[in-house]
Amino acid sequence: MTAPFYVSPEQLMKDRADFARKGISRGRSVAVVQYADGVLFVAENPSQALHKISEIYDRIGFAAVGRYNEFENLRIAGVRLADLRGYSYDRRDVTGRGLANAYAQTLGTIFSSGGEKPYEVELFVAEVGDDAAGDQIYRLTYDGSVADIQGYGVMGGQSEQVETHLGEHYSDGFDLAAAIRLAAESLGQDSSPTRTIPAADLEVAVLDRTRPQPRKFKRLTDETVAQALG
Amino acid sequence: MLPEPFTAAGSSSFADFLAQQAPDLVPGARARAAGDLSDIAPHGTTIVAATFPGGVVMAGDRRATMGNVIAQRDIEKVFPADEYSCIGIAGSAGLAVEVVRLFQVELEHYEKLEGTVLSADGKANRLAALIRNNLGLAMQGLAVVPLFAGFDQATREGRIFSYDVTGGRYEEHAFHAVGSGSIFARGALKKLYRDDLNETETITATIQALYDAADDDSATGGPDLTRRIFPVVAVVTADGYRRASDAEVGAIADDVIGARLVRPDGPAAPLT
Repeated sequence: MTAPFYVSPEQLMKDRADFARKGISRGRSVAVVQYADGVLFVAENPSQALHKISEIYDRIGFAAVGRYNEFENLRIAGVRLADLRGYSYDRRDVTGRGLANAYAQTLGTIFSSGGEKPYEVELFVAEVGDDAAGDQIYRLTYDGSVADIQGYGVMGGQSEQVETHLGEHYSDGFDLAAAIRLAAESLGQDSSPTRTIPAADLEVAVLDRTRPQPRKFKRLTDETVAQALG
Repeated sequence: MLPEPFTAAGSSSFADFLAQQAPDLVPGARARAAGDLSDIAPHGTTIVAATFPGGVVMAGDRRATMGNVIAQRDIEKVFPADEYSCIGIAGSAGLAVEVVRLFQVELEHYEKLEGTVLSADGKANRLAALIRNNLGLAMQGLAVVPLFAGFDQATREGRIFSYDVTGGRYEEHAFHAVGSGSIFARGALKKLYRDDLNETETITATIQALYDAADDDSATGGPDLTRRIFPVVAVVTADGYRRASDAEVGAIADDVIGARLVRPDGPAAPLT
């Protein structure tokens, strides 16, 4: 009988992280941008039916990159968690922070448990506040770490090039059209020469605090996006 | 880590999920004392609904009673169910409000998980299932009887559904009323309703009907002029759900009452 090879914990975690990162960088990026009236999500996604961006609750939105079945699973769990909490307490008691924590624990447990393969996903969880100072955006990575994001963020695909371009041109208090233009332009920076992504291939949604309804999440149609892109 | 049922595939129903995860929160599922319980909690009374070209109007009086006592004089019994439908409730008020809350989450939950809105018939059937779960309590006098109305985006018209305590679902045409004053309200609507009324005229007809119900049924509240408490009126059209403002309903109620000062029994219908 041969003894199993010794693999150091450092090496094991590094291998798992490399595996997850590789999967995540394979697809296209998703950008999130804070603008004057709320939070904007933009993803390159030609499909009209399979979404990367979704509504979780009244003021909470969700965007994901990576393997569809894995982030869809997390999205459904998030909607169930939020609806259950809102039903048993009150709608105001459902917070983005609570949801981000639940996701972080789930991703972290899966990442460090020996049996399962790590999830190849990254998530944004955003909550829109009564004013810009109250907006919260969290970025969750495959290993369960959480980062609090200010202003803008990009994940998935060639996220570094996209985020650099977004950072260079971003400023506080953009209106919606300007924010859409910048996000779409930034998503096209992932190859050289840079690309121009047509409006029909963009999935765009906002958490708009000026909406009179309690549900602040809204998808923008291709026409609205095309108009903003000019 | 989120437990397994949160990530399980298959069901898009919040009520089913709730029954699994927190069965004590499901309306009508609790252990209870035997006997007639009809007088232990407030009851809501009359709800009316009527369609008009392009939509539907629902109105409810503001009274809740407990035996001979008026438990609340400004209770609200008409609620939005989702963007294109509304629900009014008669019967045991506490349970009914709980059923409405569950129904609202049920519709929103389905919409979020599936990415599409339930059909008008689908919504009506889900409500029937929720009412059926309450049958045990209904047999002890704590019945919940809703009236459901909405704008059907497929047929582009207003539709009304009524229910019985066993979860029977019946589509009503033109107008309907539920609750203790419903006989009188329905009689009034029979004489007042025409299918060519516009939105404001339909609201007026429902307020006339509620006035007649309050006139003859002690459990239904009429317009409260001293406190300016008027019926809750919901309008659902292609533009979605809208609750008529107090000023709007107040003005119509003032007209109705003004005419009743001259003719207390309300507008007369032609004999033939």
